[in-house]
Amino acid sequence: MPHKTFFWFFFPSGLAMILFIGLPIFSSFFQSLHIEPEQILIEVETCDPFGCETEVQVDLEATAQSAAENPLGRFNGFGTYKDRNHLAFEEIQEAWQSTGDFSDFIKNVLNLPFYKSLLFTLTFCFTVTPCVIVLGFIVALSVNVLAKSIKGMVIFGTILPMIVTPLIGSLVLFWMIDSQGVLGATIQIIFDDPNLSLKSSKALTWITLIIYGIWHNTPFAFVVFYAGLQTVPQDPIEAALIDGATRTQRVRHIVLPHLYPVATFIALICLMDNFRVFEPIIGFSAEGVAQSLSWMIYKDLRNETLMLFGSAGATSMLTILGVGILLMPVLIRTWKEFKTER
Amino acid sequence: MKKLLIALMFTFVSTGAYADGHSPCNVTDGTINVLANEFTTLRIVMEEAEKCAGSDADFSVTHSVDHQKLQGPALEANPAEFTAKIVTNGSITPLMSKGLLRPLDDLVEKYGSNLNKSQLITFDGKVYAVAFMANAQHLWYRESIFNELGIAVPTTYEEVIAAAAKIKASGKMDNPYAGAFKAGWNLSQEFVNMYLGHGGEFFKPGTAEPSINNAKGVAALNVIKQLTELSNPDFLTQDTNAVKEEWESGNVAIMHIWGSGAASLLDDEGDQAIKADTRLAPPPTVGGGSAAATTLWWDGVAIAKNTSDENAEASFRALVGAASSTEMANANPNAAVWLINGYTPGDAAVGVLAAAKMGATPYPSIPQMGLLHGAMSDEMVEFLQGNESAEKALQDIEAAYIAKAKEQGFL
Repeated sequence: MPHKTFFWFFFPSGLAMILFIGLPIFSSFFQSLHIEPEQILIEVETCDPFGCETEVQVDLEATAQSAAENPLGRFNGFGTYKDRNHLAFEEIQEAWQSTGDFSDFIKNVLNLPFYKSLLFTLTFCFTVTPCVIVLGFIVALSVNVLAKSIKGMVIFGTILPMIVTPLIGSLVLFWMIDSQGVLGATIQIIFDDPNLSLKSSKALTWITLIIYGIWHNTPFAFVVFYAGLQTVPQDPIEAALIDGATRTQRVRHIVLPHLYPVATFIALICLMDNFRVFEPIIGFSAEGVAQSLSWMIYKDLRNETLMLFGSAGATSMLTILGVGILLMPVLIRTWKEFKTER
Repeated sequence: MKKLLIALMFTFVSTGAYADGHSPCNVTDGTINVLANEFTTLRIVMEEAEKCAGSDADFSVTHSVDHQKLQGPALEANPAEFTAKIVTNGSITPLMSKGLLRPLDDLVEKYGSNLNKSQLITFDGKVYAVAFMANAQHLWYRESIFNELGIAVPTTYEEVIAAAAKIKASGKMDNPYAGAFKAGWNLSQEFVNMYLGHGGEFFKPGTAEPSINNAKGVAALNVIKQLTELSNPDFLTQDTNAVKEEWESGNVAIMHIWGSGAASLLDDEGDQAIKADTRLAPPPTVGGGSAAATTLWWDGVAIAKNTSDENAEASFRALVGAASSTEMANANPNAAVWLINGYTPGDAAVGVLAAAKMGATPYPSIPQMGLLHGAMSDEMVEFLQGNESAEKALQDIEAAYIAKAKEQGFL
């Protein structure tokens, strides 16, 4: 394709990407470099039904004036990135110097909010993604051999978890695993422990979230694999059949290599999606024991009475950076393949 | 606190602070659009406000448990998304700090003839809100279970723990205690209660520097831990509404929740045997302290600054019509402890009134309190699950708060 044609072909989507992705990212980045203007506090008398008291309040006029001088707030550089609620360089350094053995050091680091969230996010990402790929592949293979008459119905049933809104899906499951819910009660009977509750401990909540993640994401992998399966060439399969290859051998030596690029694509999308895990944490009310990076952004903006824009912006940038690092190996590989093909 | 009692007693004889004013009801001009929290009592107030506004008025209301998260951006817009907000002494502070509420002195003078003086919330001499009810968390218990096991009504948290342990030991219930321990705002609120009950101060006087890492903070955390051990193992996911459901299912014999819960806990729906057995008691003290380990709250009406004078007046009229309606207060005596002129407290007011009498502290209306409140929950979870010591948790809360307060310009 000539460069000019390519440019005009790409221009509309490029423009949309700059407007709707590029600019907001830039704006968040810019915001993350700033902190609020200094709040000037004064003591005033406040009265309510319970009596009068002298309390500190924000001096509105003085603060408004300083805000008018710096509408963006005070420039703080990468200060927010380095503070305790984000990368916490100082705290880590201190922990390194003060703790004797390595496990203590790790424990100290994982006690910091950002690293605590990162640990859950990565655990979720790297358990859910492989499971989704394997399960999605198995489901696609199984559905592919079904009789035509029931295929449509089965496909619809299989992609249902993806159709359900994540928040609703997780809420439904949350109620089902309640100790009085159908799943929760069954589990109590199976393990013969009336106090067993999936919501009570950290490990069980993590497992629940991961199972939910697999349930929700598998249909995506299934759909893509299923589409891929339709393109598998029939000639080599027939040849293999004549040579007496078993089904496992056919899948392993013909279907799998053919679907390899598809698997890469699924891995890419799943890693990216799962790194941004958020809805199940809200749905399962799991914020006490499982926090993700996206949840941290939400907390800064919504769970506080005062919105922490700088903090949320910094976490967003770090999330984007995290996604970039995760995808790096896959991207490098794709680039290399692209180069050799040319 | 005494003022509340005096106000409540005064209401029987008083005829109101302002003798000749305009009647607030039957609004014809302007739009009324209210943002309010979601619980039964506020629905009653909003119905009354709509009635007062009249059939010609353009009246709408949004009830949301997320009101505190919505209010900032909604009122900061110009014109504001809502003309009025139902605030509490907790949620008014961020709005005040940003200057998003308008002074109401002239409107109070014009339409507030039936208001009690104690209903007016003033900052630096100017009225910014009109309170209509008082609220506090206090104790609830099941009388028959207490009688059967010979347990006296607890007056301290030490007795609450002993009572709950006794009920558990009797095999009647596995998890006899309940409180709103949901991670987030609710769990932090439990620490606020316990810490104030121990006589603690959140900040170094006159500054925004935290001061919770002390013996009182440790004691407060330990009491909460003992309580959660007697609660449903899912306690970290249970907010007030979930606790109420546990209560109505008969799984709980003693709980510490909001007085305003009476509106739904004592109504005609659900298991009447449990309702008939439900008793309200004063909030307990803790650690030998004299003040009740709970906080006093008021709910009131505030008007957005970024709305037209016409809308502000219309909203004020309708809401103050409700906030001064003796009829509404006396028709729903158990829905809340009303601060309204001429109200006769019902049976369910006992808990909140006792809280005020026992010298409970009002929830601090200071601008940086929200940041500290928001920093508590995460670290408390670590402590409650036994992952870290109380001292470490308190130290972490302070550190997390300091980072946020620096970003917000308080430190």
